[in-house]
Amino acid sequence: MKRGMIDFWVGLFALAGIAALLFLALKVSSQGSLPAGSSYQLIANFENIGGLKVRAPIKSAGVVVGRVSSITLDPERYVAKVTMDMDSRYHFSRDSSAEILTSGLLGEQYIGITSGADEKVLSAGNTFKITSSAIVLEQLISRFLFSQADQEKEAQ
Amino acid sequence: MNFLVESISRFGRPLTNSLIKLGFACRFLLAILRHSATALLRPHLTLREIWFAGVLSVLIITVSGLFVGMVLALQGYDTLQRFGASSSLGILVALSLVRELGPVVAGLLFASRAGSAITAEIGLMKTTEQLAAMEMMAVNPIARVVAPRFWGGVISMPLLAAIFSAMGILGGYLIGVQLLGLDAGSFWSQMQGAVDFRLDVMNGVIKSVFFGVAVALIAVFEGYDAPPTAEGISSATTRTVVTSALTILALDFILTAFMFRGV
Repeated sequence: MKRGMIDFWVGLFALAGIAALLFLALKVSSQGSLPAGSSYQLIANFENIGGLKVRAPIKSAGVVVGRVSSITLDPERYVAKVTMDMDSRYHFSRDSSAEILTSGLLGEQYIGITSGADEKVLSAGNTFKITSSAIVLEQLISRFLFSQADQEKEAQ
Repeated sequence: MNFLVESISRFGRPLTNSLIKLGFACRFLLAILRHSATALLRPHLTLREIWFAGVLSVLIITVSGLFVGMVLALQGYDTLQRFGASSSLGILVALSLVRELGPVVAGLLFASRAGSAITAEIGLMKTTEQLAAMEMMAVNPIARVVAPRFWGGVISMPLLAAIFSAMGILGGYLIGVQLLGLDAGSFWSQMQGAVDFRLDVMNGVIKSVFFGVAVALIAVFEGYDAPPTAEGISSATTRTVVTSALTILALDFILTAFMFRGV
């Protein structure tokens, strides 16, 4: 093997490897976490977060506007404190509400934000005033069963 | 009493022997790193080894990647469609390839395709006293023979793993979209939504760098350490493949535990 040919093939090999990495970077994956500096943090307290996970999306009108960055338990009030990294392009009024929704029947859970009418917007570190918890399927079913049983009792 | 001492030391001997070998390998790595400057200043030495270890492995890596991806897609589709989640096939294929199968299977193939060849080559050089001859000519065999092969392996491995993952995802696309008739748009967009560049792709690349260092070091070390006989070379070559495979699996477990433990 001549030296020139080796150089050629090694160059081709390196290009193929870099092309494969570029393919993985551009076509296969996406930058899930927002780059630092272009995001601000908001906090929401929920009574029950159900199956919400760190890195779950935050959507407003179906558009992803941020990601959940941490979930902790508030040790005084026993509510879940969810910190979110929001895209700094989007701002929400101070009376916006945050609720935990599920995409599809068994899909992943995400936080949906419905904007309010207040002209002042939430800034970094602020907390959502209005929140609603995740719907837990078991609780729904048991509530339904108990109400059925009550109705039957009344009928008798 | 004598019998007791004898049997305990029989138990201890393999332990001390393997510790001595491990220490030798660590000092060998340090020696390689110390002499790397000479090897890297004459890049054609390293380029030749990249050609030998990397370029010649591309064919087997490409074909196996393609087939692993295609099998993953077939098997994954079979299970996913029971839950009506067949559109998540892209996520399944991409995540399992990028995170685990790409680096690990490429590493195993690389160890058996290139690692064994490096061991046999260095072992034979030692047996035919070429290394000793180099020392006589005041050429350091570690700088001239070992370091280029080590760096050739370390540089080739991440590129091969990336090619493996990319080919596997293409194979999954061929089966999922072209054969099973999934929607191409949702295949790619769901994959993009679920695979994170930094968390998944970069961690896979980091894994493959670790595997490259491990396989290349084991290969050159076993060759350099081989008893200078025909039998010695054959058992050193076997040891390279076995030790590399076990090391890759153990390292993979440790790295995975650090990278992906329940987010």
